[in-house]
Amino acid sequence: MDLIKLSAADLSDAMSKGEVSAVEVAQAHLDRIAAVDDRVHAFLHLEGESAIAHATSVDARRSAGEQLGALAGVPLALKDNLAMRGVPTTCGSKILEGWRPPYDATVVERLRANDVVILGKTNMDEFAMGSSTEHSAYGATRNPWDLERIPGGSGGGSAAAVASFEAPLAIGSDTGGSIRQPAAVTGTVGVKPTYGAVSRYGLVALASSLDQVGPCARTVMDTALLHAAIAGHDHRDSTSINAEVPDVVAAATRADVRGMKIGIVSQLSGDGYQAGVSQRFTEALTHLEHLGAEIVEVSCPSFDYALGAYYLILPSEASSNLARFDGMRFGLRAGDDGRNSVEQVMSLTREAGFGAEVKRRIILGTYALSSGYYDAYYGQAQKVRTLIMRDFTAAFAQADVLVSPTAPTTAFKLGEKLDDPIAMYLNDVATIPVNLAGLGSMSLPAGLAPEDGLPVGFQIMAPPMADDRLYLVGAALEAALHDQWGHLLIEEAPGL
Amino acid sequence: MSTNHETIAFDEALKTFEPVLGLEVHVELGTRSKMFCGCSTVFGADPNTQVCPVCLGLPGSMPVVNRTAIESTIRIGLALNCTIASWCRFARKNYFYPDMPKDYQISQYDEPLCSNGYLDVTVETEDGPEVVRVEIERVHMEEDTGKLLHTGGATGRIHGADYSLVDYNRAGIPLVEIVTKTIEGTGHLAPAVAKAYVAELRDLMRALDVSDVRMEEGSMRCDVNLSLNRPGDGWGTRSETKNVNSLRSVERAVHSESERQAALLSSGGRIVQETRHFHEDTGRSTSGRSKEQAEDYRYFPEPDLVPVAPSEAWIEELRATMPELPSDKRDRLKAEWGINGFELQTIVNAGALELVEATINAGVDSAAARKWWTGELQRSANESGVELADLNVTPDHVKQVEALIANGALNDKLARQVFEALIAREGTVEEIIAERGLAVVSDDGALLVAIDEALASQPDVAEKIKDGKIQAAGAIVGAVMKATKGQADAAKVRTLLLERLGVSE
Repeated sequence: MDLIKLSAADLSDAMSKGEVSAVEVAQAHLDRIAAVDDRVHAFLHLEGESAIAHATSVDARRSAGEQLGALAGVPLALKDNLAMRGVPTTCGSKILEGWRPPYDATVVERLRANDVVILGKTNMDEFAMGSSTEHSAYGATRNPWDLERIPGGSGGGSAAAVASFEAPLAIGSDTGGSIRQPAAVTGTVGVKPTYGAVSRYGLVALASSLDQVGPCARTVMDTALLHAAIAGHDHRDSTSINAEVPDVVAAATRADVRGMKIGIVSQLSGDGYQAGVSQRFTEALTHLEHLGAEIVEVSCPSFDYALGAYYLILPSEASSNLARFDGMRFGLRAGDDGRNSVEQVMSLTREAGFGAEVKRRIILGTYALSSGYYDAYYGQAQKVRTLIMRDFTAAFAQADVLVSPTAPTTAFKLGEKLDDPIAMYLNDVATIPVNLAGLGSMSLPAGLAPEDGLPVGFQIMAPPMADDRLYLVGAALEAALHDQWGHLLIEEAPGL
Repeated sequence: MSTNHETIAFDEALKTFEPVLGLEVHVELGTRSKMFCGCSTVFGADPNTQVCPVCLGLPGSMPVVNRTAIESTIRIGLALNCTIASWCRFARKNYFYPDMPKDYQISQYDEPLCSNGYLDVTVETEDGPEVVRVEIERVHMEEDTGKLLHTGGATGRIHGADYSLVDYNRAGIPLVEIVTKTIEGTGHLAPAVAKAYVAELRDLMRALDVSDVRMEEGSMRCDVNLSLNRPGDGWGTRSETKNVNSLRSVERAVHSESERQAALLSSGGRIVQETRHFHEDTGRSTSGRSKEQAEDYRYFPEPDLVPVAPSEAWIEELRATMPELPSDKRDRLKAEWGINGFELQTIVNAGALELVEATINAGVDSAAARKWWTGELQRSANESGVELADLNVTPDHVKQVEALIANGALNDKLARQVFEALIAREGTVEEIIAERGLAVVSDDGALLVAIDEALASQPDVAEKIKDGKIQAAGAIVGAVMKATKGQADAAKVRTLLLERLGVSE
């Protein structure tokens, strides 16, 4: 039994049957990390000792006959923008080097309560700003499919950890596609739940009105199990939804699209999409049709302005959210030589601690919020946001879910788009609309693009609080593709 | 820092210029926990012991609105006759400063919870009391900042300090900011109107029980905006005087800023739009930071908080449970106590309203209750520079003393000594009387001895009285009172004296 190749569901099953211990499972994954992570660089920080300690406690309680959760003893990789008590949390930035939060994010608390074993913290673009993980101050993460290519971003570390069998599960955060685009380019599954479905308390904010924590895994069912473990109301997050979480595990089990209307968004296909991406997307639609779904086409004309609105709202909120990194209370402090004024120390700290992309967005956001420009930029962007929500409402009147390719291309080469921010931003053109509207969305593998042999992502979008539909459709498509390939797509990745 | 000592006397200034006022009052709400987290708000704890990830602004932390703070703000809005918004949002006010953990303050900007109200205040004029309506622009919620302590350097300011310490216990304490519309046409009454407005607000907060409104502890702070213009001209440039931390200072700040601006304008100078700092000791202000280049706070709606949308039912529920407001209460008390507006104002000005009321409710006669609190006790409070309520004299003490006067055990002079001893914390009323030996001498024998001694030492006076000049008796009574150290009942001494001399009135 190759433990690292098993899904979370299978690991859980094996552990509950006593075929394998949580310690053995944790150790197998730590060994895998030791073997491959110098090449993949998915992790920024490992918590090997505490992971083994936690696994030991899970084993002890299991043998004592205690009833444990569905994911008890399953290892997980945590994105480095989630606070975990006493464990370094850098957000991929030098400005937070050495900072150890004195508290746990709500998501971390829930993972612990479910006895999920946290292996460590994963790499990311600095403060989640980027689509390639190249903007991490601690070096890029590499795509297990091709180490010369990007694993997507900002959550490239979490996706690469899952894709390289370093962990069966990972937590990501998605502000404009940071869970889904990395899932797409690494051949894994990632879900951005409905805004407010998972608590943001303890997630270091990039853009508060767009950020959402979500699950990453290699199968739709594993993603559902993790989704169910972390979702639910939290009184510490005012924007958290106080309603019952849709039963995503049941939906993933049902995997049934019969009678469903699936809408293709005409604005999210065609020009600008790589040929192989479009091809696999269309094939997936054929599968869904064969499974009993009706494919319709819908138009969301305001989506053409989504990217522009996003790159005003995100930097505006980020410029304010990132103000607190001033060297006064935590993290890096530069220029404190007894002569510099407090303003100079703040300025020098931010100059030294933030990378170029972060500075670019802070400057953009500061400008967009400035008196005299606010209405023209931030104000207009909010109006676009309203129009996008209306487009979604109209589209969901015609279809139960909407679909598109997750990203316009497969994984590009490291460095390829580093000097061209606009080209980098265009990666998120299909993932951004749901963030602006606060909806849930999933990316799952649709196959390999014939021209480069790299994974293609298929995106499903659902109405608010109907995240279960993502799993109904995702699990059905996954099963159909599995029948076609005879295995999970990730099995085709070259060995590391 | 420029200090301009050139001024024109206030009355002179008002001959040429008309003052335009605007008052911004910050009130710390008396909620048990902070505005956006569960930390305690108790004043005076060790630095940085009442903090958590939220009020320290740690990465990842998120605010959650304190429902009681919203409720208090709505109650303030209702008391100020405001419109309560059915939907409003918090906004972020962005600026960098080390006392502000997040480098933005969660406040309200263009969507205040309460707006467009008024407060009627009464000021004394030569022609008697005059009611002035102060219009309220808005009442909004925000969080307080931490407190900076600068050590070393010449000015006690951050620049030039050797080092600075920050205490974040205050960070996140709920504040309401109450902003008036411009107050015009008050002329020479401007300082009195400003003071009366802040005093009325303070009484209102107390009546609503939403804040302890202690100006000296900073739980109520006032910024005074003032400009002068010649009659018929448009408004002048305004200054904003901060750090105005007592009722008296509010009045003095308006007074002195009018004088300063008048001098500048009269000599052809220009008013600089700036923040000024008021100094309690001199009664004058010094220039702070210039606001000529208006700071850009880049306000935008706080995305970490859902909008505040108080239901109609909730507002009506709060309206139904509003306490009696100070102005209504004053009308009632005037009728109940049989006093006029001036007499009531004396009690209010002394800060004695609640104390007098409690004393009367305890069964003390209205005149006696007023006499003690606005007389002897207020004098003591003024002398030692404390609030009347902090004097260690309670309505119950007054009741006990009055009961002793009524049964003849004490007289007014002795009662004053009892209060003096209570203030000095010498013990209970009984202990003080015993310890100090304060008791009216009612033993006729002892008094007669003293009377005989006094008559013997002033035989001429004794003769005059016998001759029918009864008014001369005062000298003998005075001597007896002196001899008994004030412990005799003067009326009784007089009666005994006249009997002794066989004289009838």
